[in-house]
Amino acid sequence: MSSANSKLYFYPLWLRIWHAINAIGIILLIITGISMQWGVEDSFIEFKTAINIHNTSGIVLTVNYLFFFIGNIITRNIRFYLIKPKGFFKRLFKQAQYYAYGMFQGMQSPFPLSEKRKFNPLQKLAYVIVMYVFVPFVIISGFALLFPEMIIEQVYNLSGVLLTAVAHSIAGFFISIFLVIHLYVASVGKSPAENFKSIITGWHNVH
Amino acid sequence: MKKLQFLLFSLLFVLFCKVNAQTPYDDPKNHACLKCHSSQIISFQNEVTGTEMKRLMNPYYIIDTTALRMGVHKSFDCTDCHSYDYTKYPHDGNLKLQPMSNCLDCHGGDPTYAQYQFEKIDEEFKKSVHYKISGENFSCTRCHNQHTYHPTARNSSSVQEIVSYSNSLCLSCHNDMKKYELVAGHENPQIIKIHEWLPNQELHFKNVRCIECHTQVTDSLMVSHNILSKDQALRKCNECHNTNSRLKASLYKYENLQARADNSFVESLFTNESYIIGAQQFPLLKKLSYLIFFLTLGAISIHIVFRFLKKK
Ligand code: HEC
Ligand code: HEC
Ligand code: HEC
Ligand code: HEC
Ligand code: HEC
Ligand code: HEC
Ligand code: HEC
Ligand code: HEM
Repeated sequence: MSSANSKLYFYPLWLRIWHAINAIGIILLIITGISMQWGVEDSFIEFKTAINIHNTSGIVLTVNYLFFFIGNIITRNIRFYLIKPKGFFKRLFKQAQYYAYGMFQGMQSPFPLSEKRKFNPLQKLAYVIVMYVFVPFVIISGFALLFPEMIIEQVYNLSGVLLTAVAHSIAGFFISIFLVIHLYVASVGKSPAENFKSIITGWHNVH
Repeated sequence: MKKLQFLLFSLLFVLFCKVNAQTPYDDPKNHACLKCHSSQIISFQNEVTGTEMKRLMNPYYIIDTTALRMGVHKSFDCTDCHSYDYTKYPHDGNLKLQPMSNCLDCHGGDPTYAQYQFEKIDEEFKKSVHYKISGENFSCTRCHNQHTYHPTARNSSSVQEIVSYSNSLCLSCHNDMKKYELVAGHENPQIIKIHEWLPNQELHFKNVRCIECHTQVTDSLMVSHNILSKDQALRKCNECHNTNSRLKASLYKYENLQARADNSFVESLFTNESYIIGAQQFPLLKKLSYLIFFLTLGAISIHIVFRFLKKK
């Protein structure tokens, strides 16, 4: 154990900055988004304030997302996000097994992190879906709602604006669920606080 | 007594016509009255000179024969309501002085028409601004042309048709300087000007009835008849654009475009005041989202318990 105890510089500065802005922004979006779902009268944050915060965060996060998207390619951080299809489900299942009961029975982590592997298969899938499906979708639908004249007027009998708004909230909801799971899974490790320190300092401890 | 006789007569008449299943107006060109009252130019025999004369018809006295044949009173003939002496032309001047029956004279207290609640309508109408300002001078016939009226809200399934018919009753006067002046004694305010604050006026007037904003809706009446004074008119957009999510979506779009028109472009991106509408509009999605959320929390809690027990 002690022999392998080393540190890896997993999260370069640009990524940590992106992540910090992203985390704060998304939390603001979730809170104001939920508030607005309650409508004009019942919202717990004053409606106008909620809208201003939501729109501002949304725009800042869009710029931030471009930063992540381009940064990932330039720094080749994106290599950690690429999924090799062969045997992927098997690996996924193994990792799930580990989280569900393996870790309580003294099973070794099936995919120990290393220089070559920053994410375990479950983590990888979650990050890819969130960062390359849900977040882009929320951004696009969000901007469509800011520019409603772009939206198709009617889809069959339904208002295009309404459909867009509902899809936007559903995607936002799944990002919230991701956040809850993300926060919890990050606390799984040697000590609960370890991973959180990593995303601030950049250094990941390999045990 | 005269009224009763008339009622009996008209009922008999109606029964007779029902059997025939035809209206007396099927052939306007040869009808004793419609040959004149459905055309712009009339011709008649001048008994003094013995020549044929032509005159222009007063446009307000021309009856739309299509609407006439669709009206509720299509089985009547003209002379069931108007004096038989009208068959002579020039009409006798004194005929003008004959009182005409109004809706309540024939329909009031008649159980056949209970579903229309004529008495209740009368009661409501007496509370309306029209009656308060103009009194008896403003009767049901000001809105309901006895020749052509047919209940639409009750029978039509097309909202557009209901709206356009209902609004035509109001606009036939409010958009007609002469008819309006006849009642008010002064010129009519421009409906379009008055409602300038309402965006997309044309679309609104096609989709909402005037009475939607100008009456207190009563559940017990099919059509509310108490037209309120203008300061009690509905102005709040939310009253309509809140309950129905589809309407809300259209309002959302408007608010958003408006905000951008008022502010500078970039500024408006951050401050536009929009009505967000979302998944919470749909109860099923709401329940589903709670379910997923609490299942997630539940799974995490169980995991935490195991981590504590196993000190992981
Ligand atoms: C020869 C053409 C002609 C015929 C036929 C005719 N009218 Fe008229 N009617 C007129 C004209 C023209 C006026 C306009 C007022 C006037 O010139 O007397 C008029 C006016 C009226 C008026 C409103 C004015 C008033 O006196 O109150 C009524 C009601 C009326 N007609 C009913 C009838 C009925 C009912 C018949 C059929 C039984 C009929 N008319 C047949 C030409 C005709
Ligand atoms: C159900 C009863 C009824 C029948 C049937 C009827 N009328 Fe009338 N008519 C009236 C009433 C009531 C008025 C008075 C309207 C008013 O004072 O606003 C009137 C008014 C008129 C006027 C005056 C124009 C006006 O709008 O004031 C004319 C012309 C007229 N009728 C012609 C006819 C002709 C022609 C027929 C047959 C095709 C006919 N009416 C059938 C009830 C009837
Ligand atoms: C002269 C008497 C008389 C007058 C005045 C009169 N009606 Fe009628 N109305 C009748 C008769 C009779 C019928 C039945 C006609 C039929 O069944 O063909 C009828 C039918 C109707 C119907 C259709 C009822 C049904 O269920 O078929 C409505 C609605 C109606 N009238 C409304 C009015 C209104 C509104 C007024 C006043 C603007 C009015 N009527 C004035 C006699 C009258
Ligand atoms: C200010 C205009 C106005 C006046 C005045 C008015 N009405 Fe109406 N009335 C309407 C409108 C608009 C409708 C809806 C038309 C439709 O869609 O059928 C209506 C509908 C009706 C209906 C059909 C309701 C149903 O259940 O289908 C009856 C019956 C009626 N009115 C009777 C009367 C009587 C009786 C009076 C006089 C006491 C009267 N109205 C006065 C505007 C008016
Ligand atoms: C969206 C609601 C709405 C609709 C629909 C609407 N109105 Fe109005 N209307 C108002 C309001 C609010 C006012 C008061 C405006 C003011 O005082 O500045 C008003 C004022 C009026 C006035 C008073 C004018 C004056 O200043 O004397 C008339 C008459 C009127 N409306 C007729 C109509 C007619 C006819 C229609 C149908 C074609 C209609 N309205 C449809 C909301 C509405
Ligand atoms: C025969 C003509 C006529 C018809 C039909 C008519 N109105 Fe009016 N309306 C008037 C007159 C006249 C006034 C009173 C004007 C005045 O002197 O202030 C008035 C006033 C009003 C006012 C303003 C009241 C105020 O506070 O000043 C409203 C609102 C209104 N009408 C709505 C309607 C609606 C809705 C309908 C249809 C259901 C309708 N009117 C049908 C003639 C008409
Ligand atoms: C009486 C109910 C009513 C009131 C009050 C009302 N609206 Fe509407 N509004 C409607 C209806 C019905 C439509 C037509 C919806 C459709 O078919 O798309 C509509 C359509 C619209 C549209 C057109 C949307 C599009 O698709 O282009 C706009 C914008 C709008 N309303 C804004 C407003 C505003 C702003 C107010 C307040 C000043 C208001 N409305 C008050 C009922 C109402
Ligand atoms: C308070 C909020 C958040 C905290 C505390 C947090 C914490 C962490 C931690 C500890 C890591 C590193 C360990 C790991 O990979 O599991 C991480 C990485 C990551 N987080 Fe978060 N996170 C938060 C919000 C978010 C949000 C809202 C998103 C996206 C919507 C997100 C996306 C990511 C991604 C993509 C990585 C991997 C980055 C990389 O290495 O390429 N995080 N986060």
